[in-house]
Amino acid sequence: MAIRDRLSGNEAVAVAMRQINPDVVAAFPITPSTEVPQYFSSFVADGKVDTEFVPVESEHSAMSACIGAQAAGARTVTATSANGLALMWEMLYIAASLRLPVMLAVVNRALSGPINIHNDHSDSMGARDSGWIQIYGETNQEAYDNLIQAIRIGEHPDVMLPVMSCYDGFITSHAVENIDLIEDDKVKEFVGEYKPQYHLNDRFNPVSMGALDLQNHYFEHKRQQAEAMRNAKKVILEVAEEFYKLTGRKYGLFEEYKMEDAEIAVVVINSTAGTAKYVVDRLREKGVKAGLVKIRVYRPFPVEEIVAALSKCKAVAVMDKADSFNAAGGPLFTDVTSALYGRADGIKVINYIYGLGGRDVKTDDIEAIYNTLLDIVKTGEVKSVYNYIGVRE
Amino acid sequence: MAYNLKVEAKKPERFTGGHRMCAGCGAPVVVRTILRALKPEDHAVIGAATGCLEVSTFLYPYTAWKDSFIHSAFENAAATIAGAEAAYVALKRKGKLPEGDTKFIAFGGDGGTYDIGLQALSGAMERGHNMVYVCYDNGAYMNTGIQRSSATPRYADTTTSPVGSVIPGKKQPRKDLTMIMANHHLPYVAQTAPFGNFKDLHEKAQKALYTDGPCFLNVLAPCPRGWRYDTPKLMEICKLAVETCFWPLYEVIDGKYVINYKPKKKLPVEEYLKPQGRFRHLFKKGNEHLIAEIQEEVDRRWNELLVLAGEA
Ligand SMILES: Cc1ncc(C[n+]2csc(CCOP(=O)(O)OP(=O)(O)O)c2C)c(N)n1
Ligand code: SF4
Ligand SMILES: [Mg+2]
Repeated sequence: MAIRDRLSGNEAVAVAMRQINPDVVAAFPITPSTEVPQYFSSFVADGKVDTEFVPVESEHSAMSACIGAQAAGARTVTATSANGLALMWEMLYIAASLRLPVMLAVVNRALSGPINIHNDHSDSMGARDSGWIQIYGETNQEAYDNLIQAIRIGEHPDVMLPVMSCYDGFITSHAVENIDLIEDDKVKEFVGEYKPQYHLNDRFNPVSMGALDLQNHYFEHKRQQAEAMRNAKKVILEVAEEFYKLTGRKYGLFEEYKMEDAEIAVVVINSTAGTAKYVVDRLREKGVKAGLVKIRVYRPFPVEEIVAALSKCKAVAVMDKADSFNAAGGPLFTDVTSALYGRADGIKVINYIYGLGGRDVKTDDIEAIYNTLLDIVKTGEVKSVYNYIGVRE
Repeated sequence: MAYNLKVEAKKPERFTGGHRMCAGCGAPVVVRTILRALKPEDHAVIGAATGCLEVSTFLYPYTAWKDSFIHSAFENAAATIAGAEAAYVALKRKGKLPEGDTKFIAFGGDGGTYDIGLQALSGAMERGHNMVYVCYDNGAYMNTGIQRSSATPRYADTTTSPVGSVIPGKKQPRKDLTMIMANHHLPYVAQTAPFGNFKDLHEKAQKALYTDGPCFLNVLAPCPRGWRYDTPKLMEICKLAVETCFWPLYEVIDGKYVINYKPKKKLPVEEYLKPQGRFRHLFKKGNEHLIAEIQEEVDRRWNELLVLAGEA
């Protein structure tokens, strides 16, 4: 029987960590992720977990210690946001290339500068090509569920990659919502034991890790890494299926909301999907065939599946809570359009950068986006591809 | 059992030959001597910062390390090994590891320790991980082509503190990292060098490895390329560093300073400077005052150490 509770997103993630009972947690405080190690350290202090908690002196050392720990045979978890993630940057790539399934809860926050503590996706979007699997969650429930699934995904022998489980700062991390928790013993059984093939604490099989790897081998190792990321898609779906059997909660690569007959659609990540669903419902009442795609798995990017979901639409708006500063569009827009290219040509796709630095995105804003899509369908004309919404120009 | 180099040298090597460090390099000698101080039955998890030692001993698919080894980046050997040690503590507690002891050792060059890795080192030591951090100090960023570090001695010629017509090499005196670490109030801190029959280095390694808690060793590791001395002169250069008190051998045991070697007759620092090409310009006419400045600094630091050790 699931346990009904009311928790903030950070609390829910900390509870998931308690249930996972990792071997090592190394973390450094930064708003809005700080509560995660705070809650967790109280579990340590109260003997509710037997984790070694390493309160490091920086995020660079947090990720370095996670790498050392995971390489030494420990299941390892950490959490961070924004500048903390930026300070980890160098080590993110190294964790991925060492094929260490470290788990990282990213509580999305605008990346400096200017310094700002509120939510957008500029932190994790910048890390999208670091070789980490990236999974996003709209609600506290999803943040909780995703972290538990992430352990199984990253540690799968066909994958062996680190995973970021991302959710929106404050909006999700601090807002208290109803949540269904899984029983401790069931989580324990679901995540199982971490049994790496090689690790530093295996005194009978000493190994060297992190070689200087030059022209003759580097490329093959990167190729294997790319293959692992491809394998991840299948594993994510298998784990989701097993999770569904355990909880009755269904997860895929993305969520489709009223997409069956949708002519216009918005593609979005994280909590804004909640607001957008409300708008879709209102439009549907007026007879507008509006739909929504909420990305869950951003790395690996579900190319074929996205194409299938959008292929019957006439016009699509991709909403990015981060800009690429490429003067052409946000990161999600670039990925969606390149997925469609040659596979579903003719769909009009536009981009909206929204909500930077925690600027509220209102139902009116999203409705305006759908109305623009309706215009495009009516006139067949796209006035502007790369747009900002909710900003004073 | 009293130290005997012949006996030590007969132990199976934990750090193999065939690595690619230059002939006459101090670093591999330092590493081998330190690893000999491990009890044969103990396992070691060893980390190294990016630098000459790391790139020359672990070039895929070859490794010179017979124990478990990890390199992750330049500035974080301390944090990486701290993580591995935390894993050990957790896995032991959960009963997931077999019988037997494991020692955790991080090696970093002076660049990876005095400079870019100082924060990670300070953090790991303060948190009290049961590990030994070893700085092999060759006084510059050798791996990238002899750039100055904060360990580079005053007036040394490096590629980023070049001797010019106006500036005579590195302007600043070197940072005293051993003292900085001593002021972390660790159970064991020592400064040593490959010296004589390696007794000093061996015994300090043994103490560091078998003292509970975070321990730090700062080891002089001459570099013939950067220092420009003849490769066979490695041991002679080390001896001169010690006999001039440029590099005193001392240890700090739970806060108590002990000087391990006091030269009978302290040699003038120019004896140490003279065989090294990086100081050649100091011996040009008109530069006598530069050597005098170096001597003054050496004397001051040596006297401070005498006071700390209660010998002045
Ligand atoms: C973050 C980062 N900055 C710079 C470098 C380039 N780099 C590699 S090794 C090195 C110098 C190493 O100097 P030191 O630690 O003294 O070791 P040595 O090579 O002298 O033994 C530098 C600058 C790097 N690998 N990573
Ligand atoms: S450059 Fe210097 S430190 Fe590097 S391997 Fe050669 S002698 Fe040793
Ligand atoms: Mg150096």
